[in-house]
Amino acid sequence: MLKTRIYLDNAATTKVSDKVLEAMLPYLKEGYGNPSSIYTLGREAAIAVNNARKQVADALGCEENEVYFTSCGSESDNWAIKGTAKLMAAKGKKHIITSVFEHHAVLHPLKALEKEGYEVTYLPVYENGVVKAEDVANAIRPDTALVTIMYANNEIGTIQPIAEIGAICKEKGVIFHTDAVQAIGNVHINVKEQNIDMLSLSGHKIHAQKGCGVLYINKKYRLPNLIDGGAQERNRRAGTENVPAIVGLGVALTEATANIDSKNAKLKPLQDKIYDAVMKIDRVHLNGDRERRMASNLNFSFEGVEGESLLLQLDLQGIAASSGSACTSGSLDPSHVLLSIGLPHEIAHGSLRISMSEYTTEEEVDALLQVLPEIIAKLRSMSPLWEHIIKGETFKIK
Amino acid sequence: MLYSEKVMDHFANPRNIGELENADGVGEVGNAKCGDIMKMYLKIDGGIITDVKFKTFGCGAAIATSSIATEMIKGKSVEDALKLTNKAVVEALDGLPPAKIHCSVLAEQAIKTALADYYTRQGIDPTPIVGVIEEHCETCCED
Repeated sequence: MLKTRIYLDNAATTKVSDKVLEAMLPYLKEGYGNPSSIYTLGREAAIAVNNARKQVADALGCEENEVYFTSCGSESDNWAIKGTAKLMAAKGKKHIITSVFEHHAVLHPLKALEKEGYEVTYLPVYENGVVKAEDVANAIRPDTALVTIMYANNEIGTIQPIAEIGAICKEKGVIFHTDAVQAIGNVHINVKEQNIDMLSLSGHKIHAQKGCGVLYINKKYRLPNLIDGGAQERNRRAGTENVPAIVGLGVALTEATANIDSKNAKLKPLQDKIYDAVMKIDRVHLNGDRERRMASNLNFSFEGVEGESLLLQLDLQGIAASSGSACTSGSLDPSHVLLSIGLPHEIAHGSLRISMSEYTTEEEVDALLQVLPEIIAKLRSMSPLWEHIIKGETFKIK
Repeated sequence: MLYSEKVMDHFANPRNIGELENADGVGEVGNAKCGDIMKMYLKIDGGIITDVKFKTFGCGAAIATSSIATEMIKGKSVEDALKLTNKAVVEALDGLPPAKIHCSVLAEQAIKTALADYYTRQGIDPTPIVGVIEEHCETCCED
């Protein structure tokens, strides 16, 4: 058994980088002041927060006064959606457009709004897991308040036509929000060039600490607050700033955006290597478009295999990955993302997501590829479903 | 979600895995849509379960419950095997997460279905002895 832990679940979270930790430490130790305090210790913390704000603004291509620090990506999504809904309802606009495979931090606030009388259009993502920009254009109505489409999908890694959608929204005068939690550091994002009005991101997906996110809001819009209280974040988001995490996020985002090309140049060959090797296994499917996906992501379904068992077998070999099977989601239905691209339940249950980071090495990939075919064969040898499949007794995939 | 050491042991080293060529009773329960299928093979001699094998498609708990269930009925009389409850299976595994209790139900049902098949092969109507085995799909696949 391998002693080393091989971490291939970077879409779930990432390790804090040495550079980020180094930048954070002074604010956990001697620089612990509250940025709202008037004395030097407080002022220094406030300067650190504003420095991080500048780093975020530079990375996103926006102004510093358009950056708001939050506690996580989910808070950013909730604020953007609930805030815009409230803002635009006052103007008689209560229609929102999204896609069927958004993160739950987007879908669940929308479900709550539907109960309050808002109308939501859920666009399809087709078999390749990509929204069609023309579908967005066709869905926009005079009462459309918001379009919210994720930049890249968290499970299957497919990249959405965000610049095209941004241009459509600009032309039609509709606010455009994107959840870029997964895309940040993987694709080039510039909110002004791509006509993005609001963007959510999270630090812990790019080697910063958990518990810190950002919502960029175009200064044209003044969203009602999600969290009321103190005057932090220019009276827009109350709560004492998580100074060390904000400092870390600033450094992490600067690093992540500067290194996109070198990271992708490193990960693309690894992605190709995994793809070529895994597709040699009998009755395996790639989930999501082969080309229009982040270099860090692969998502496969193995017929006759259940995802949680697959993850536990990999774990026994020291490898951490993820699955969209029902058993790993805490519910009894498989992932809504896998169902949205047309996978039958039977195949969605047998999914495996591999997500790499800039720290992923070829040796780690080789270790995965060494054990994966054996694990699949082992699980299939004990699977009554596999027996049915090879006898042709069950469903056929399209 | 936390599995007990016992669950992980039965998952990593499942007992009695495989098929029986000349089984006296075979039972398959569950379905692919819900994500778990269990198949039990019983060899019965003079009312005693002399051998048992299983195959399972499903999560860690599904594999562990079927594995320990085979251990719990091997060498037992058919009557004793019929008394095996899902609760006993859960206890033998030092507990299961709440979302996984249905796996233990499936293990109990797989044994009962295999025993029903055994009675049917003997020309005996199994229903009065084994009872009706219902699929518990109401907790699952709610679409």
